Amino acid sequence: MKVYLDNSATTPVAPEVIEAMLPYFGDEMGNAQSVHSFGQRAKAALESARRQVAKLIGASATETVFLSGGTEADNLAIRGTAEAHREWGRHIITTQIEHPAVLATCEALEREGFRVTYLPVSGRGRIDIGDVRAALREDTILISIMQANNEIGTVQPIREVAEVVAEARQAGAKHLHLHSDAVQSVGKIPVNVSELGVDLLSVSAHKIHGPKGIGCLYVRKGIRLGKLLYGGHHERDRRPGTENIPAIVGFGRAAQMACEQLEDRARSTEKLRDYLERHITERVEGVRINGDPSNRVPNISNLSFEGVDGESLLIALDLKGIAVSTGSACASGSLEPSHVLKALGLPREVIRGSLRFSLSAFNTQPEIDFAISTLVETLARLQEMSAEG
Amino acid sequence: MYSKEVNEHIANPRNVGDVENPSGVGDVTNQVCLDRIRLSIKVDNGILTEAKFKANGCPPTMAAASVLTELITGRSVKEAALMERTDIVSVLGRLPPAKMHCAMLAIDALQAALKGARRTV
Repeated sequence: MKVYLDNSATTPVAPEVIEAMLPYFGDEMGNAQSVHSFGQRAKAALESARRQVAKLIGASATETVFLSGGTEADNLAIRGTAEAHREWGRHIITTQIEHPAVLATCEALEREGFRVTYLPVSGRGRIDIGDVRAALREDTILISIMQANNEIGTVQPIREVAEVVAEARQAGAKHLHLHSDAVQSVGKIPVNVSELGVDLLSVSAHKIHGPKGIGCLYVRKGIRLGKLLYGGHHERDRRPGTENIPAIVGFGRAAQMACEQLEDRARSTEKLRDYLERHITERVEGVRINGDPSNRVPNISNLSFEGVDGESLLIALDLKGIAVSTGSACASGSLEPSHVLKALGLPREVIRGSLRFSLSAFNTQPEIDFAISTLVETLARLQEMSAEG
Repeated sequence: MYSKEVNEHIANPRNVGDVENPSGVGDVTNQVCLDRIRLSIKVDNGILTEAKFKANGCPPTMAAASVLTELITGRSVKEAALMERTDIVSVLGRLPPAKMHCAMLAIDALQAALKGARRTV
């Protein structure tokens, strides 16, 4: 049995999504900018997908910019804001647990003379609204805080941050913007841009059973934004390049399904996640749940196992057909452990024994049962090998 | 990510455990990554007759320790003392550059165990 429990990395594409995309690799090959009928059909598909994606996040269709994915969305949000508003301020607030797409962009801006405050988080991964308030300066132009963390699933109080932003604006900070990377929350919990009060929001298709290489940046109406790329006037002049119609159509279909099935998916995924977590913690000694069980997306469980290395556990599970991920230092050749788990203040041994299970609505009860029994066996074997015993 | 040899040793580690009444034990920890290997050996007439390991760490560390026990069993103490990390890496197919220290840790465990054995003989 193959069990895929790494859905925060990417999700399987839904069969309906594949089906929706296929014609656009074939006869429906038009360029959406063309005036003839081929182009007009492509344009209609593009705009239909735009409405589907906009609906998923409660935006209006004209506020969505299609681009290559979450990374580009984060880059455009941050660099675009920095470029368009640098005359009024060069200070950015973000957190220590953002995705590298945000952190590396902020670091690049620091090298260009911007100053960045990286907010700390609690042991469960939540920011403190007081810290946001305290970090605000007259020259702050952007606050960028992810809605849900990709490693531990902790959900941030974005609406409360938006209230702080609204207060600051009333006090005259008219160049202050709020961006949220919602790549891990869209499709998992209700996300509505006006309820959240954000100006910019990043979304990725392949985390919601859509294709890779396509995403969207929500840009609230009237927001001034610089560009990453220069070219034609696509995407309301915010992102040039011939639109990737097959991927956009797939994204639209995936968004439509995520919208229609949001509650069902969240409920079934959460049930399986909680079942997995409960059975592991009951059957294995020394398990620690990382993150915030009371503020968490329904599909992520980050656990630490005593006395084992997460990567060895990962490889051993992979050899049995179970795919998970780890924040352990050694994974992917980098010798640095997860910056997220470090920011939680977890001891080295806890970080090294960490494993992330990320589920999707496509997982089944038999898969989870198989994962639990295989994990218990594998842990017992590794603990038998342990020199610490 | 890892060679099939590394994966094979993770799936089927050789000689896990502690040798009873060992001639020498090498228990070493890499202070940077906290990987640990405990190697226990039995020496009889200058020949390593038995080797077992226990380890905590990433896959290459576990695999290196496992391979080491196979490589040294039946060898003379003199031969074993000359072993280098490349002897381990060549059996494991390859290791990522950042993981070479795992093979080194196994060699350190071997040297420490041999030192203990020399003392007891």
